[in-house]
Amino acid sequence: MADDATFEKFKGCAVEVLQVSPDAIVPEASFADDLDADSLDLVELVMALEEAFDITVEEDEIENVSTVGEAYTLITSKL
Amino acid sequence: MQLGRTPSGEPISGHRVVVTGIGAVTCCGVGADALFAGLLDERFNDDRTIPDFDPSAFFGPKEVRRVDRFAQVSLAAAVEAFESSGISDLSGDRFGVIFGTGIGGMTTLTAQERVLSGKGANRVSPFLAPMIMPNAGAAQIAMRLGANGPVETVTTACAAGTHSLGAAARLVASGRVDVAIGGGGEAVMDPLTFAGFANMTALSNSGISRPFDVDRDGFVMSEGAGALVLESLDHALARGATILAEVLGAASTADAFHITAPREDGAGAARCMELVLLDAGLSPTDVGHINAHGTSTPLNDRAEAVAISAVFGPEAPPVTSAKGVTGHSLGGAGAIEAVASVMTIERSVIPPTAGLTNIDPAIELDVVHGSARPLERPIVLSNSFGFGGHNGCLILGAFA
Repeated sequence: MADDATFEKFKGCAVEVLQVSPDAIVPEASFADDLDADSLDLVELVMALEEAFDITVEEDEIENVSTVGEAYTLITSKL
Repeated sequence: MQLGRTPSGEPISGHRVVVTGIGAVTCCGVGADALFAGLLDERFNDDRTIPDFDPSAFFGPKEVRRVDRFAQVSLAAAVEAFESSGISDLSGDRFGVIFGTGIGGMTTLTAQERVLSGKGANRVSPFLAPMIMPNAGAAQIAMRLGANGPVETVTTACAAGTHSLGAAARLVASGRVDVAIGGGGEAVMDPLTFAGFANMTALSNSGISRPFDVDRDGFVMSEGAGALVLESLDHALARGATILAEVLGAASTADAFHITAPREDGAGAARCMELVLLDAGLSPTDVGHINAHGTSTPLNDRAEAVAISAVFGPEAPPVTSAKGVTGHSLGGAGAIEAVASVMTIERSVIPPTAGLTNIDPAIELDVVHGSARPLERPIVLSNSFGFGGHNGCLILGAFA
């Protein structure tokens, strides 16, 4: 399940946690290079997404996440 | 001030240490000028929070959520002090920070405890540890201003600000650094903190801070921070700095008596005052004014008065407590009062003790109240005493 509304909800979390422009949240954006987000930022973002989507993400699942698209695929795989 | 003693007991002189910058954020407003105006006019924010403090002036939108308010106010005071010093070219290796707090990030801790109990361990902020640690203020200051020298935190409750300034001054006197920022900050206006202090009967029931008054009934808690830029005299002269005052002495002792109550005879506090005079090479009659700890608690003000009388005798210089205006900002208090002491010297005026109407007849001191008074000798002793029995004293004087 992945549609525009889901992505908007995802984007809302990212904008709130990372304090970036909504326009910057695009699939190819790199958390480290484009969004100035370090590993703790990513932890905080995942916590917000877990809460928003009522899902659970294990720590090792985010180890290989480096772009917005990868994070979005991970989240939507759990819906 | 002295660096220490030789094995044969001779004092060792170090660099002279001068004050070249001051900063304060208090319930009188943002800035050292707002503090001193508040002290002179007896004006303050009623709930003793800092009016018009905007953390986004100091931190980006992401950062502002990840720095506890105590560290935010600490940074604000330090940045003001540093900017007012006019220092522009400084090696990070020759620059230190000694910044105290009494408690640290208590409001973050209580908020995250609510997250833990309400939503579970997985929702607790990954920023909990760097937000609550008491050294967060010192670390934020070091990162912002580029201090790579010793950067440390002193946590001696309500004496932390004064002890930090003493340690920072000694660091400069030793030659390890050319410049050190010393100070302290606190922001724990949190129901848990209020409850703890209230239940130990330290807080005022009336909500009025009235140091040395016969009707005083406890301290009034406030938030705030103060900071001084301390610099070796040679370094300050070489860059043509404006010198605001000189740190003439610092001292620290402990009561080793009770975890919260001061000794009734004030012996630990008196010894601290004797030692700071010795460090400064001054006699009691050289001191023109005492900026007291004066918390407005029955026990502190009586013990402090006994200690001052023991050291200075019946001719003790005029005393003021800033806490009639500022309330008590715990680890921030000593640093805020050091800023007030520097400004007292600069402007040759002793602010009155707000809230004081009828002086306690058991207190044999000349407490300035009602209106300000001229400063006759430009040497000021500032006292701080903390739970745990920690005593701290500083002597500041006009630079000559």
